[in-house]
Amino acid sequence: MKLLVCISKTPDTTSKIAFTEGNTKFDENGVQWIINPYDEWYSLVRAIEMKEQDPTATIHLITVGEADAEPIIRKALALGGDEAIRVNLQSNDSFVVASQIAAIAKEGAYDLILTGKETIDYNSACIGSMLSGLLDLPFVSLANKMQLNGNTASIQREIEGGEETCELTLPAIVSCQKGMAEQRIPNMRGIMAARTKPLKVVEPIAVQATTSIQAYDLPPAKSGVKLVAADNVEELVRLLKEEAKAF
Amino acid sequence: MVLIYIDQADQQIKKSSLEAISYGAALAKQLGVSAEGIMLGTVTDDLSSLGKYGLQKLHHVADTSLNHFDTKVFTHVLTDAAKATGATVLVFAHNLNGKAIAPAVAVKLQAGIVTGANSLPNTSNGFTVTKTVFSGKAFAQINIDTPIKVISINQNCFGVQMHDGLATVEALSISIPSSSIKITSTHKVEGDVPLTEANIVVSGGRGLKGPENWGIIEDLAKVLGAATACSRPVSDSDWRPHHEHVGQTGVQVAPNLYIAVGISGAIQHLAGVNRSKTIVVINKDPEAPFFKAADYGIVGDAFEILPVLTAAIQKTKA
Repeated sequence: MKLLVCISKTPDTTSKIAFTEGNTKFDENGVQWIINPYDEWYSLVRAIEMKEQDPTATIHLITVGEADAEPIIRKALALGGDEAIRVNLQSNDSFVVASQIAAIAKEGAYDLILTGKETIDYNSACIGSMLSGLLDLPFVSLANKMQLNGNTASIQREIEGGEETCELTLPAIVSCQKGMAEQRIPNMRGIMAARTKPLKVVEPIAVQATTSIQAYDLPPAKSGVKLVAADNVEELVRLLKEEAKAF
Repeated sequence: MVLIYIDQADQQIKKSSLEAISYGAALAKQLGVSAEGIMLGTVTDDLSSLGKYGLQKLHHVADTSLNHFDTKVFTHVLTDAAKATGATVLVFAHNLNGKAIAPAVAVKLQAGIVTGANSLPNTSNGFTVTKTVFSGKAFAQINIDTPIKVISINQNCFGVQMHDGLATVEALSISIPSSSIKITSTHKVEGDVPLTEANIVVSGGRGLKGPENWGIIEDLAKVLGAATACSRPVSDSDWRPHHEHVGQTGVQVAPNLYIAVGISGAIQHLAGVNRSKTIVVINKDPEAPFFKAADYGIVGDAFEILPVLTAAIQKTKA
């Protein structure tokens, strides 16, 4: 069983979001970087759990990023990956990123490719779906449970108002969300071991970007909360009905 | 031509697809082209009536095998349909199925894609789409640089707009690959409004002190026809099921009205609700950070306020 887990570097959830260079560039000043929580808590930890059940499994990690992504990939290795690949490229275009991962995935003949459901910076939820288009593999999105039985995967995914369980034969791509696994913290043994695990840097393949970011904006500040007295609930109902037209 | 993907579940058209049609129709008008739809599988709704949302023509691949969603099969059929109909822009709802297939279809069509768009693109100089980024804390203006373009739109950002007219329905014949995914079970929460499709959401936090107190949340939700939700500590303590957890790592919602009861408003929770049109916060702590993100607020005891609020709303509805 060969698993490929896609890892993305994102700003910590509590980071202040600001932009520079005429609102065309994300201001990285003072930003704490983390592994995208969906990649870490759900897809990587689920992969580690599967390896614990089947020690013959191997977990490869892949990230598309420049050298500043290495602390993140080392942390992912400390949690439990076997080896990592960094494609030496910084890109905001999902198609370019997915194409790099697809090129590696083709060579590696993986049984299962895992992504988080989206990254918390660009929230595009594109990579898993694009990989299925590029690799012509089945794709199950927004999975919250997954069991393997030999070459068959049983996967539960979110649907509107409920859940659906499906079965498929590997290879496949799965995007993971809450429910898949519980968050883990790397232990000292893992951190020590991660230092010597292989981290291969490969140069990107040439791919034309399909989109370009023109500018960023911050949302307009809220005009401030209108407080209603606790003994005047009727006034809140009137405001919601007449002013906000909420119902 | 703008081709709008019309999504169904249980043979009924999803509300988010009606919004996608309204958006696609407005975009078609802006570009001076026709607004056409593509539907896979069969539904019980009257398809020509989709004209009232601005759709001119519907291409219908009416094969019952397509009543089950399979990413790979749907990607294949939609790609062929887009080619056969000569679509230049594809519009999807950014709902669960839209997220699963729109990027794959874009790849197949060598099209650039922006997911989670908030408004119509600016086409005065290029094709620039605004989308939410950083979990709602900012917007990015992204230009799509390819001849064919794919957009998925955030739910509740455009609204459903009504027009006059009927859509012509044309059968479209596309070869359908066999599915490699077998659906073994489906579980739906009976009777409840699905959280991501809800117009109004009533959400409870730790301030409610325990699962036995959820009746006041449910009563309020009932008179409003709302879905119920909760904060992460509540679902982590198993007071409420996990699928009700709204926030950064849970469900992200964008209803017309979000009522937060006894939720302090941590940044991770706000990331899941900050696209709501109107936010009401009820909390006994005047320093709760949620008040800063709210439109309306009441500082006070939820156990006293909620029954009064429920009764007052019931009175206006009577």
